[in-house]
Amino acid sequence: MGEMEQMKKEAEALKTQIEAARKAVHDTDMASAASGVAPAPRVQLKTRKNLKGHLAKIYAMHWSTDNRLMVSASQDGKLLIWDSHTGNKVNAVPLKSSWVMTCAYAPSGNLVASGGLDNMCTVYNLKTPVIKTVKELDAHTGYLSCARFLSDTEILTASGDTTCALWDLETGKQKTVFLNHVGDCMCLSLSPDMNSFVSGACDSLAKLWDIRDGQCKQTFQGHTSDINAISFLPSGNAFITGSDDCTCKMYDLRADQEVIGYQDAALNSGVTSLALSMSARLIFAGYDDFNCNIWDSLKGEKVGVLSGHDNRVSCTGVPPDGMCVCTGSWDSFLKIWN
Amino acid sequence: MTIKTLSQHGVQRQQMPCLTKMERMIISMQDPDMGIKLRNQRLLITVIPHAMTGADIFEWLIKKFSISDEEALHIGQIFVKYGYIYPLKEPRNLILKVDNSPYRFQTPYYWMSTRWPASELDYAIYLAKKNIRKQGELIEYEKECYNALHKRINHTWDFVVMQAREQLRASKQRRKADRIVLECQEQAYWLVNRPPPGTLDNIDHGPERRTTNTRVQLNADFYKKEIEHNRISLARNRVKSSICLESYVKYCEQYQPHDPIMQGCLPSNPWITDDIMFWNMNCETVSVPTKLRVERWSFSFMELLSDPVGRKEFLTYLEKEFSAENLCFWQACEDVRHGETSKIPGKVDEVYKQFLAPGASRWVNIDSKTMEKTLEGFKRPHRFVLDDAQMHIYFLMKKDSYPRYLKSDLYKNLLARAVVPQETKKSVLPFIHRQRHSSPSPALATQAAEDDGKTKNSNSFKSNSGTASRL
Repeated sequence: MGEMEQMKKEAEALKTQIEAARKAVHDTDMASAASGVAPAPRVQLKTRKNLKGHLAKIYAMHWSTDNRLMVSASQDGKLLIWDSHTGNKVNAVPLKSSWVMTCAYAPSGNLVASGGLDNMCTVYNLKTPVIKTVKELDAHTGYLSCARFLSDTEILTASGDTTCALWDLETGKQKTVFLNHVGDCMCLSLSPDMNSFVSGACDSLAKLWDIRDGQCKQTFQGHTSDINAISFLPSGNAFITGSDDCTCKMYDLRADQEVIGYQDAALNSGVTSLALSMSARLIFAGYDDFNCNIWDSLKGEKVGVLSGHDNRVSCTGVPPDGMCVCTGSWDSFLKIWN
Repeated sequence: MTIKTLSQHGVQRQQMPCLTKMERMIISMQDPDMGIKLRNQRLLITVIPHAMTGADIFEWLIKKFSISDEEALHIGQIFVKYGYIYPLKEPRNLILKVDNSPYRFQTPYYWMSTRWPASELDYAIYLAKKNIRKQGELIEYEKECYNALHKRINHTWDFVVMQAREQLRASKQRRKADRIVLECQEQAYWLVNRPPPGTLDNIDHGPERRTTNTRVQLNADFYKKEIEHNRISLARNRVKSSICLESYVKYCEQYQPHDPIMQGCLPSNPWITDDIMFWNMNCETVSVPTKLRVERWSFSFMELLSDPVGRKEFLTYLEKEFSAENLCFWQACEDVRHGETSKIPGKVDEVYKQFLAPGASRWVNIDSKTMEKTLEGFKRPHRFVLDDAQMHIYFLMKKDSYPRYLKSDLYKNLLARAVVPQETKKSVLPFIHRQRHSSPSPALATQAAEDDGKTKNSNSFKSNSGTASRL
C-alpha cells in the first residue's frame, strides 16, 4: 500500500472515531427536547408587495439593517436598491458583468457588493452623489457565489474555486484565505459575534472557520449533495443548511453534529435558499419547485407554503426586525410576504 | 418523470419535479370526457383540428380547481411558458390570452421531460429546414445561431443538411393540415428551448458546479492536513445534545413574543397596514422605548449592548457607579476591530493612553497576565490585539454591572415608563384601497371573510394561493 493510500485510510479511521464520539453525546433528539412546546400555528402569509423591475433572473437579495432598504441582483446586469415598503427603486447600479450570482448590503448602509462569474467582488459606495465603484476585489480563480460585509472595511467572500476569503477594503487585498473545502463553495453565514463564519460547499460539507486565525475549526457532514444555503441562528450556537438533496439540517456547534433534519418524502426538489424568522422558530426555505416552504424548526414539520413564483425561488431573506419575508425568483420578481 | 442531468461523475441530479405535476394536469385537461372540449380552428385558410381557445383553458381551470381568475391565468401562463400548450396565432408570443385565440396541446414527444436538453444537432437540423424551405424565413437571432452552429459543428454539416432535406421531403407527403400541425409543434418546441435573446429563458439551470473541484489536489499533503484536522476534531469537547437542544428551545420560546411573523406586533405590522408607526417608535433615537424592547435587554448582555438606546441607558447607570470607563473601553476596542486597518496603530495608541497606561484618566482594571500579553502585542498592533483585554472587561461587566443594572431602579423605572403601543385598527385607514382578488371562489370564501378587519396578534394570516400545493 502506497503512502498516500495509508494516509487516506488513517484519515477515514479518524472520521469513524469522530462519528462514534458524536453519537456518544447525542443523548436525545429535537422531538423529545421540544415535546413540551406547543406546535406552531398553521402559517399562511400573503404577498404584500410585488417588486417588479428586473428584466431577467434574480439571483440574490439582501436586506439592509434599517429593515426597509434591500438590494437585489439580476442577470439583466443590474443591482437594484429598493425601498421595499413603498416599492420604489432608490438606486440602480449597472454592473460591468451581467453574470452576477450574489449581492450584499453593508451593515452601515453605505456600501453594497456584487460578484459572479467574473470571479470578482465589486464594492460600490451608495452615499456619493453618483454611485461609485470603491474596489474591485480580484483574486479568486472561480466564480463568486456569496459575499457578506463585516463592516465598511472588511468583507467575506465564498467562491467556486473552493476557497473563502476575508478582504481588506482599504487595500483591496485578501487578508486571509480559508482553505479546506474540496468542492465549489456556495454560501456563507457570519456568526452574530463576528468571530467566525460557516460555509457550505458542493462537497456536501459545512465548515466552521475562525476569522482571526483562518483555520477550519469544525466540519459537519450529513448532506448528500451540494449545500446551497446556510444561515447562523441568532443565538450563534447552531446553524441551518439547505441542500440539493432536498433537505435542510440544523447543526449545533457545541454538540458538533446534526441535531435535526427537515425533509418530506413529497418534496423532491433542491433547496436553493433559506432565511429564519426572528425567534428562529420558523425556517423559510426556497426550493427548485417554485415554492418557498415554511418549517417549524422545533417540531420539524412543514407549517406553510409561499406559492406564487413562476420559476425557481433563488433567494430568501428576513429583515433584522423580523417583520416579513422576501423571496426572489428566476421569474424576475421579488415578493414580500407577511 | 423528472428531468435528470448527469453531473461529471455520472450522478443524476433531479431537476424541475414540478414538471411531473404540470404533466398530470395537462393529461387531465386532455381527458376525452372531463377535459377541455376541443374543436377545429380555422387558421387563415386551413382548418386545424383539436384546438381550443384561451378562454376555454381559463374557464376549465377555474371550474376544475375552484380557483380565482388570477390564479387560473397564472397557471395557464406557466403551461404556455413551459411549452405544454402553444398558441397558433402569434406563436412567438408565449402567453395565454383569455379570449378566442387558438391554442393546442403540445405532443408528448416534445415535452420537457421527454426531450431535454435540446441538442445542438437537432436545432441545426430545424434551422436548416427552415432555411431550405423558404429563403429569408430565419429571423435575425436564428440567422446568428445558424451561422454559429455551422462553424461549431461543421464536421457534421453534411449530415445536418441531408437530414433536413429528408424531413422536408417526408413532410411534403403529408396532408396539409397535418403538416401545419407538425410545423407548429416543432416551432413551439424550439421557441421554448431556444428563446430569442432578451426574453426570459424558462429552462436555464444556472452555472456549472463541481462536486470535487479539480483545483484541489487530493495528494499526500492534502491527506496529511486531513489527518491533523481529524485528530484535533476527535479531541474536542462535545456537549450533550440534550443540553444544546434545551437551550435552543428556551431561546425560541423567549423570543417568540418578539417575533412579528409568529405573533404579530403592535401597533401594527407596517407591511399589512401600510402604517409605519412601528418603525418610528423603534428607531434608534427614540426617547421612550417600547416595553418589548426594554424587556429584550434582560435576555442577554449582548442584546443590551447591540441596542444603541440600551447602551446609552447602561452608560448612564455605569456613570452613577463610577465604572463607565469599562463600557467606553469596550466600545473603543470594537472600533479597532471593525475599523480601517491603516488607522489601527493610531487607535491602539489612543486606547493605551486613555485606558491602559498607569495613571490613565479612564483606567480599566485588567489582570496582570492579560495586561502583559496585550502590551506585548502592542509592539506589532493588529486588529485583534485588544481582544483579550476586551473579553476580560466584557465578562466583568456581564457578571457584575449587568445583573445589577437589571435590578436597579433606573431599569425598573424605564420598564414601567416604557410604551405599549396602541393597536392600529385597520378601519382607521378606510380610504386606502387594497387590491383584492376579483370574485373569490368558494374555496377562498372563508378566508376572505376572516380577512376583513384584522391586524391583531392573530396567528392566522391569509395566503394568496395555497392551492398550488394541491397539484
